[in-house]
Amino acid sequence: MTKSALVIGGGIAGIQASLDLADRDIHVYLVEKDPTIGGKMCRLDKTFPTNDCSACILSPKMADCAGHPNITVMSYSEVVKVDGEAGDFKVTVKKKPRYVKLKECTGCGDCVAKCPTKNIPDQFEYGLTTRKAIYIPHAQAVPRVALIDPNYCKMILNGKCGICEKTCKKGAINYADKEEEEVLEVGSIIAAVGFQLWDAGYATEYGYGRYDNVVTSMEYERMMCASGPDHGHIKCPSNGEAPQKIAFIQCCGSRSEKKNWKKYCSSVCCMYATKQAIITKEHAQVQEDIFFMDIRSYGKEFEAYIKRAQGQYGIIMHRGARVSNVEEDPETKKLTINYTDKDGNGTSAEYDLVVLSIGLNPPEGAEELAKVLGIGLNEYGFCETSVFKPLETTRPGILVSGAFSAPKDIPTTVAESSGASAKAGAYIVDENFEPCAPKQYPAEKDVAGKEPRVGVWVCECGINIGATVDVPSVAAYAGTLPHVVYATKTMYACAQDTLQAISAAIKEHDLNRVVVASCTPRTHEPLFRIACREGGLNQYLFNMANIRDQCSWIHMHEPEAATKKAKDLVRMAIAKACLLEPLEGAKIPVTQKAAVIGGGITGMTTALDIAAQGFEVHLVEREGQLGGQALNFRHKENGVDTLEFVKGLIDKVNSNNLIKVHLNAKVKDIPGFVGNFNLQLEDGTDEPVGAVIFAVGAPAYKPTEYNYGSDAKVMTGLECEQAIADGKFNKKNVAFIQCVGSRNESVGYCSRVCCTTALRNAIQIKLADPTANVTIFHKDIRTYGFREEMYRKASEVGVRFLRYDEEAPLPAYDGNTVTAFDLTLGADVSVPVDCVVLSNGIAPAREEKEELAKMVKVPISKDGFYFEAHQKLRPVDFATEGVYVAGLAHWPKHMDECIAQGSGAASRALTIISKKFLTSEGIVASVNEDYCDGCGVCEGCCEYKAITIVSKDGKLKSNVNAGLCKGCGCCVAACPSGAMEQKGFKNIQIQAEIDACLDYPVGGE
Amino acid sequence: MADFEPRIVTFCCNWCSYAGADGAGVARLQMPTNFRIIRTMCSARVDPEHVLRAFSKGADGVMILGCHPADCHYIGGNYRARRRIALLRMVLEQYGFDPRRLKLEWVSASEGEKFQKTICEFVDTIKALGPTPLVKGDE
Repeated sequence: MTKSALVIGGGIAGIQASLDLADRDIHVYLVEKDPTIGGKMCRLDKTFPTNDCSACILSPKMADCAGHPNITVMSYSEVVKVDGEAGDFKVTVKKKPRYVKLKECTGCGDCVAKCPTKNIPDQFEYGLTTRKAIYIPHAQAVPRVALIDPNYCKMILNGKCGICEKTCKKGAINYADKEEEEVLEVGSIIAAVGFQLWDAGYATEYGYGRYDNVVTSMEYERMMCASGPDHGHIKCPSNGEAPQKIAFIQCCGSRSEKKNWKKYCSSVCCMYATKQAIITKEHAQVQEDIFFMDIRSYGKEFEAYIKRAQGQYGIIMHRGARVSNVEEDPETKKLTINYTDKDGNGTSAEYDLVVLSIGLNPPEGAEELAKVLGIGLNEYGFCETSVFKPLETTRPGILVSGAFSAPKDIPTTVAESSGASAKAGAYIVDENFEPCAPKQYPAEKDVAGKEPRVGVWVCECGINIGATVDVPSVAAYAGTLPHVVYATKTMYACAQDTLQAISAAIKEHDLNRVVVASCTPRTHEPLFRIACREGGLNQYLFNMANIRDQCSWIHMHEPEAATKKAKDLVRMAIAKACLLEPLEGAKIPVTQKAAVIGGGITGMTTALDIAAQGFEVHLVEREGQLGGQALNFRHKENGVDTLEFVKGLIDKVNSNNLIKVHLNAKVKDIPGFVGNFNLQLEDGTDEPVGAVIFAVGAPAYKPTEYNYGSDAKVMTGLECEQAIADGKFNKKNVAFIQCVGSRNESVGYCSRVCCTTALRNAIQIKLADPTANVTIFHKDIRTYGFREEMYRKASEVGVRFLRYDEEAPLPAYDGNTVTAFDLTLGADVSVPVDCVVLSNGIAPAREEKEELAKMVKVPISKDGFYFEAHQKLRPVDFATEGVYVAGLAHWPKHMDECIAQGSGAASRALTIISKKFLTSEGIVASVNEDYCDGCGVCEGCCEYKAITIVSKDGKLKSNVNAGLCKGCGCCVAACPSGAMEQKGFKNIQIQAEIDACLDYPVGGE
Repeated sequence: MADFEPRIVTFCCNWCSYAGADGAGVARLQMPTNFRIIRTMCSARVDPEHVLRAFSKGADGVMILGCHPADCHYIGGNYRARRRIALLRMVLEQYGFDPRRLKLEWVSASEGEKFQKTICEFVDTIKALGPTPLVKGDE
């Protein structure tokens, strides 16, 4: 019998891992210790660097998890025992008592309103507000079900009260609820238990807990959030007034040897603090200062974000400033920060509010969980992994993803989680594998010939829409429009409760059209369509009005005009909705094979993970051998030679019967579409594949600086590594120059890997010859995560660091000395050298990428790397279905990150190619044969050869192959007789939008 | 004419320009409120009749935004849109209608800034041209 998979942890890591497994038709148990899934991400206000609303992008995934037929969410439960071995685990899960029946509770909140036991600190809000003894964790909770806190409930404690039981009309209260145990049989386990926040109580020097106006970054996140305790109005805790000056103190709890502080870098704080500063500026005019040692903006488009914070938002950055202490004026409660300014002068400044950028710790209970699972932890208490096996714990069959293995950001977590699910799936899929049956929806109601009855939901999206657009008036206006029988506003349209309300309203009000005015259909349409299906309505009878991305967000300072525009957009959406028709997608066969372009570490990992689940892979490498850039590496990772690892990987690929390697191969074209591409190589190879993965990497930047190539003293970081490995490095006076080819005017981004590479080499040089003088010229040192250990070690062995101004040109070099203005000393410093090592960055190789990009129509980012579907939550997907990206082709990154992402791309591709059929979009072209006279204009303009002219009863007529039609609608605009139509975008539907826009005055009234 | 607020209908293709418009929102790039977006899957879906209908209903300007040349999600739809709009502009001109009121522009999914710039410039153009000479509807 086919086994299920187990995912432990219901944050974004666990959610993504579960969804990928479920979409690969594997059943998943998702065990979460809290009463709701969503983890830390659902507590965040916005996410960097796109400033997307965190709840908005996470809610669809949470709802997806709750509604997915292949996922069993076990909230408020913990894993207590694991027996067996990989492929055959027996896992005991303990369900904590909720005292509320999960299946009965509708989340109406009547019980909460009546509960007399108040003033219990609300953990979801980090104690910033209080809750009652019976409570619903938060508005977007999944499952949205109440629970009773037995430590406070008077009925449970001493049998006196019982009000909630009397209040609940569903009879969902059960005071006698008991802890239960259940044994699950699973083939593999993913530990995605995340992290916990560092306890700011240890930061006594900053006065947390003693000074009213010192808060942690997570508390501040809730203070900023529209759904937080103050509805997004930032107030000083001491007096409730809006702060005028805010200071952010970085590395609170991180990068320190102080007692109870952590040595490692928490990886995300620089970016989240900058995000908080930017968002705060959008709320109000405030002075904001960020105090930091190094700014670690190493991720995709992070550097540009920091620049924007400084340039556009005027946020003041204090570089190299570790704040020693914070003092409070006991009367005014204002806070004084003492620091050293950029000229080296001791100075102090007063602030109304201080935000501590606290770091990430191993998750609560990590040690017990490690014992239960039988896995190892590293010296920092996080899950033990290695560079070459970033997703594997020390026990076979148990995988790890997200912050449990190291502090990391959301996109890295999502890619890893996909990757872990590919690996977990391999333990479950065998020759007897039985995929889960597809989900059954209620029968769809017949709407033919019926008057439209439209239901309209207008979303406030916290304050994302509500702060600019007058949502109640838009909802009220919608209610006055023809055919609208139900119109309401909602806090979050994408939250589980609203989705359920939509499904219910379809029945209750006999709706036959649904309109949601909220964000963009590009991300949220699928979610609402499912809600329609759940309510027994064809999913194509749904329409969206984009009043956030294309209205409230771009007209923030014009609330009145934005409200009028929102009303127009809603009216247009309703007008079109009234004319929508039910549609069915075509069932298209899928070629159950994949093509991986690029045979480096990333591509080989992807190929192996796809093959591990039994599918054929074509691996295309343009060089004469596999291995890519890593063949040049000569260093060790976790004691293993990189070269040895790469060779091992090549052997595995070559000996795998399912992987066909194409060497010296150049891609000619990749025509086709999801499930049905053709991989065409210049040697004439033409192979059908269902999915394509771009793992083409990116080359090292070839320096033109410092007479590289003509001055024998000058070498690149890689050449230095090779010389050291060959024992040929014997220089005494070595200067490393960082950011050569990165962070300058033409290449704005940080290449992410160069700091670590330079430090590794510098340490090697000093260890081999302690008398060598090694100086690193840098702007920031970006050894994020556990790589910080290298920075500490380099300092320990005597490597010198010289920080120069980030705006200054590269250090000067005259053939004998390297000179730069040392910011710490405040003077020019010249260092004699007999070797200059250039930390040359990673170049995007845009032209090469563009060639491939054009074949499958995917975009390139402004920095020249591939541009994924969504920077935060779809890091390896493209907007074009069936095409994925991984490794350096996506952004510069370390080997472990490439490997994890390679597995991630494999998992995403598996969700397509593991199925024999996929259902196409319903928005295809169709012919009205009464009007068609077979002229053939449409045939000529169809790029997909979906249209043919056929003879019917002796007359020529156009014929559309719905499986081939991609629904562009080009033929419709070309048809001279009006015979061609595009379903879902019919002429009358588009005209209705135009008319609804212009037949009314602006704003409709 | 100082308080003339033009009404502009903007057709965006789903894959590039609509995503670019969303991108402008994500980056909080501010711009005038004068335009209303109608989403089509491809710029080639925009029938010249749609444009004429908008003008006849009183639109002061119509914009069609598509993927950059060679980047069309549907291979060559944007080339067709380009040809159709070029012809339509000629027809408009022949009927004495200022073709500057009809604009075709390329905006990719990652070009929020270009979307903002395109909108701002077109609103300025239409403001300079003044209200549409066409009488609204059948008034």
